[in-house]
Amino acid sequence: MAYLELRHVTKRFGSVTANDDVSLSVEKGHIHALLGENGAGKSTLMNILYGLYAPTEGEVWLDGKKLDIRDSKQAIAAGIGMVHQHFMLIPALTVIENVMLGYKEISKFRLHLNEAAKRLTELAEKFHMPVSPWDKVENLTIGQQQRLEILKALFRNSQLLILDEPTAVLTPQETTDLFRLLRQLTEDGLTIIFITHKLGEVMDICDQCTVLRQGRVAAANLPISEIKSHEQLAELMVGKSIDLVTHKQEAKPGRTMLEVKDLRYTDGEQVSRLNGVSFQVRAGEIVGVAGVDGNGQSELVRCILGLLRHYGGSVILDGTDVTGKTPKEILEHGVAHIPEDRYKMAMVKELSINENLILMSYDKEPYSKRGVLQWKEITRLNEELCRKYEVKAPGVGEIAGKLSGGNQQKFVVGRELDRAAKLIIAVYPDRGLDIGTTKYIQTRLVEERDRGAAVLLLSTELDEVLELSDTVLVLYQGRIMARLPQKEAQRETVGLLMAGVSAVSEGDNL
Amino acid sequence: MERKVPRIEGRAVFDKIYFPVVSICASFLVGGAVFALLGFDPAAAFGGLLSGSLGSVGAWGETLNKAVPVALTGLSYAVAQRCGVVNLGAEGQVYIGALCGVLVGTELNLPGPLHILAVLAASFLGGAVFGAIPAMMKNRFGASELITTIMLNYVALYFVHYMIAGPIKDMDATSNYAQSKQMLETAQLPRLIPGTRLHAGLIVAIAALLFYQFFLFHTTRGYELRVIGLNRTAGECAGMNAKRNTLISMFLAGGFAGLGGACELMGVQLRILENCFNNFGFDGVAVALLGGNTSGGVALSSILFGALKSGATKMQMKSGVPTATIYMLQGFIILFVVGKKLFDYHKLQGRRKGGK
Amino acid sequence: MEELYNFLSSLIRMSTPLLIAGLGLVFSANAGIVNIGTEGFMLVGALMGCAGSYWTDSALCGALIAMIATMLFSSVFAFFVLNMQADQTVVGAAINIFASGLTITLNRLIFDTTAGVPVINTFVPVPVPVLSGIPILGALFNQSAVCYLAFLAVPVTWYIMKKTHVGLEVRSVGENPRASDTLGINVIRTRWWTILLSGLLSGLAGAYMSMGQMSFFVEGMISGKGFMALAVVVLGCYSAAGVLGASLIFGAGMALQYRLQAANTAIPYQIIAMLPYVITLVAVCVMIRKSRAPAATAMAYTKE
Repeated sequence: MAYLELRHVTKRFGSVTANDDVSLSVEKGHIHALLGENGAGKSTLMNILYGLYAPTEGEVWLDGKKLDIRDSKQAIAAGIGMVHQHFMLIPALTVIENVMLGYKEISKFRLHLNEAAKRLTELAEKFHMPVSPWDKVENLTIGQQQRLEILKALFRNSQLLILDEPTAVLTPQETTDLFRLLRQLTEDGLTIIFITHKLGEVMDICDQCTVLRQGRVAAANLPISEIKSHEQLAELMVGKSIDLVTHKQEAKPGRTMLEVKDLRYTDGEQVSRLNGVSFQVRAGEIVGVAGVDGNGQSELVRCILGLLRHYGGSVILDGTDVTGKTPKEILEHGVAHIPEDRYKMAMVKELSINENLILMSYDKEPYSKRGVLQWKEITRLNEELCRKYEVKAPGVGEIAGKLSGGNQQKFVVGRELDRAAKLIIAVYPDRGLDIGTTKYIQTRLVEERDRGAAVLLLSTELDEVLELSDTVLVLYQGRIMARLPQKEAQRETVGLLMAGVSAVSEGDNL
Repeated sequence: MERKVPRIEGRAVFDKIYFPVVSICASFLVGGAVFALLGFDPAAAFGGLLSGSLGSVGAWGETLNKAVPVALTGLSYAVAQRCGVVNLGAEGQVYIGALCGVLVGTELNLPGPLHILAVLAASFLGGAVFGAIPAMMKNRFGASELITTIMLNYVALYFVHYMIAGPIKDMDATSNYAQSKQMLETAQLPRLIPGTRLHAGLIVAIAALLFYQFFLFHTTRGYELRVIGLNRTAGECAGMNAKRNTLISMFLAGGFAGLGGACELMGVQLRILENCFNNFGFDGVAVALLGGNTSGGVALSSILFGALKSGATKMQMKSGVPTATIYMLQGFIILFVVGKKLFDYHKLQGRRKGGK
Repeated sequence: MEELYNFLSSLIRMSTPLLIAGLGLVFSANAGIVNIGTEGFMLVGALMGCAGSYWTDSALCGALIAMIATMLFSSVFAFFVLNMQADQTVVGAAINIFASGLTITLNRLIFDTTAGVPVINTFVPVPVPVLSGIPILGALFNQSAVCYLAFLAVPVTWYIMKKTHVGLEVRSVGENPRASDTLGINVIRTRWWTILLSGLLSGLAGAYMSMGQMSFFVEGMISGKGFMALAVVVLGCYSAAGVLGASLIFGAGMALQYRLQAANTAIPYQIIAMLPYVITLVAVCVMIRKSRAPAATAMAYTKE
């Protein structure tokens, strides 16, 4: 009998079935990949295992015993640890406080932080992961935070470790380090479930894999040796054969649309976020910025858009210096922005699609005249736009928050691209979307490029940047490490640059 | 695009009526139980309440008179809330608005209708400027309006008390109470229906409600305000100035409250007495919440609260239930309105959407 | 000399209710709750303290009754905010409106107000031997037992918040409820007891106002002190020591107000009466930048 077995697990949320009769088994000491598109039900399944959801039907067996887990406390006690995609850490607390939260083995009342810190340091040394227990978590890098999450689980003697998309936030080098650590852990007797949607990783590190598609098992417990190609896995994931490559012609760059000169920004906590960033984006080209999250991407975008003031250097849009101008003035220069977090930055989920679609142009004719909104005209134009950008909705009066994530992103993209902007800033435009919508949005961006727009693409997903960009910039700690034409941008080189290692290609790429 | 609009809209409309009605019923049920617990006769109390508020034409007039200022303070809370600002300071804004109104209404000599308009304008501006202060404190220092608006209420209250006890005290009055002079006859609102005390403040309230509706949903400025209120970051990304909108919403909020003060001043009180506008602010909060910050909702709920206020006296006479119990009823109404999950029939159908 | 002694004594008496209510709010605010209903809680506490003392002829029993009654009252707030996920500010406002009606009604039902103000047992000063004899500073040691308890509760609160599991859980629930949940902490239960505790202490703070500062209940007597307690917590950066400091500053403002009124200055009393409110306004504007609210403040939590 396998170490962990899920038997016929079904989970329904009202009328939606997130997991439908899922069975899989994991051997002790193995790394088992759980593969599937966004929305395929991977996270739901793991949340069931971790006690956050109760399954509607089905059983979970661990180490020969039937588990009846009702909350995460019981899961932890049963030796299950989980590293969530969005880390479950509390930034305002120290490392050791985060580790001790809810851990009452030492004492039920007092925290005994010193004793715990000693234990944590010993544990960390065993696995070659240096930590300083008294640092605040908000001061750790993403990689360090992930190691802390793993340590938190090890500190609780977890025997089964669930990692949800652990590499999404790491550089290729950090990923290699993580894989080495995972190997060491399995040698130590741990069992690991590795959730991912990246096909390459499955081949690199896992022993077996299970593929989920729309809540059902597409393939269970497939030994890695039986997998022939990425395409085979992709087909299992999507259910039809798909073309993984976005096709595009050679770029024909025109005049410079965006020029950023020596951009410097220091945030409210006196941390220097941008240290002299300079680059250009020409009409008809896609410039991609690769880099691990938190290396100045969001500050860069916000400086260009005027959302941050008091920065050093200058921003020139199509020959006009817009340094220090308000966001409104900058948008008027023909800038479109597809932000990374549409809920937070690009839409108002309580308002209708109609009201959301005029977010950028409500104060212009024909949408409004002398300060009065022209609803008839607005509705007509927006219905047209929804048709053009394939937004599936009952009508433009529908509340935006009720649409699926893919349709929300489509109307945001539609709204931004429909303005025929001179400069398009797209930040991780396909985060959390299925492969179909991702391809759709990527194709649209290439079309905009061919129309003659300058496209600045930022993404933490290295593959996306490498595939779409005509020119690749690498951002590390607020600096541009290199500027590479697409052909020269090799995964390995860019990966090293993302980690701040520039020795390989020093000087000759700039 | 698919078309299944009617079903969804039908349900939304049903919800819009279902929740307030159920909440009000629950409030009266629980309120009645509390009355019984305190040793009163709930039937007699509610009977008195009903006949005192809606039992005669005169009672209706009284109810509408009471509804006018709370509709305006309700709009005050609502317009700020639409922009994401919690205005607990309508009370202070009413006082300052009324103070400005009393200055114009007693010191200036103008022909009838013009004088009334001048008082309205002065009260609007006075309330608006006073309302803008917490907005500026929020914009400049990040000071929470929850605290600043309340503190400013007390500042306004004591300032008005100081004024009516000193600088603008009515020296000709026979009593030595602290009170302002009486509004000149040209600055008193005419009665609308003979035989009732219903005054023309009703027209001001209706105009304000219509303006609110048009401003929020048909002007670009109102659109900006709503976007900022629902998602400040998205608004800023779209080039809107969040701080300016905060200021505008609080300016309008103060203005509405000021108008409420002016109507009560010109139609009912005719002068400022100590504590004569107390509780108007929180009545407005209740009205706006029950009315869901919509113009129609504010109109209806202000009539309900007006009825509660006007019926309270008769209730006390008939059943001995103190008028203050009205506030307990108001509290229940707000609680059941915001705690609508209590009556959520969707829950039974299990409408949870799927996770990942 | 005498003037300074009186000022100091008055300062302690004025600070005490803010300190007591503030310490209660340290727990609930750290757990992510904004409770503007504190004003209403204190009002209920002020009335029930007098009622309890009136019934039992003991100020201590009055205080206990106030605490229990207010704690029960706070469960209404907790239920709507936590179980119904209603907006915290709105529920707080409703609680205040309700409390003003409730206390006025009960005041007239419990006491026969037509026969003048009843005489009840109130908190009496308990001089600390020796220490209360020190010139000027002796004022600190000639206070009621509640005052001493309030000041002693400061280090206790600090210890609980920083050094125990309970405190860590409260802080984590206010910062990141989802993460706390994944570690097996019951978010709703934690928030429930912090609200009950703040209700309990607000009740005592209210009782101190009606039985320590005054000698009976007056309708609407809290007049913004609940909101000041809220301000005290924000200005005190959500820590026990900070709350102590901020309470003393506000207390000084109020003590100054009373000394000025007693001193018969030319300034009209209405203007002097504004002083505590103006001080709060200025303090909130000048000092608030340093204070950082817990990340999940005012956000309802639902287990998915």
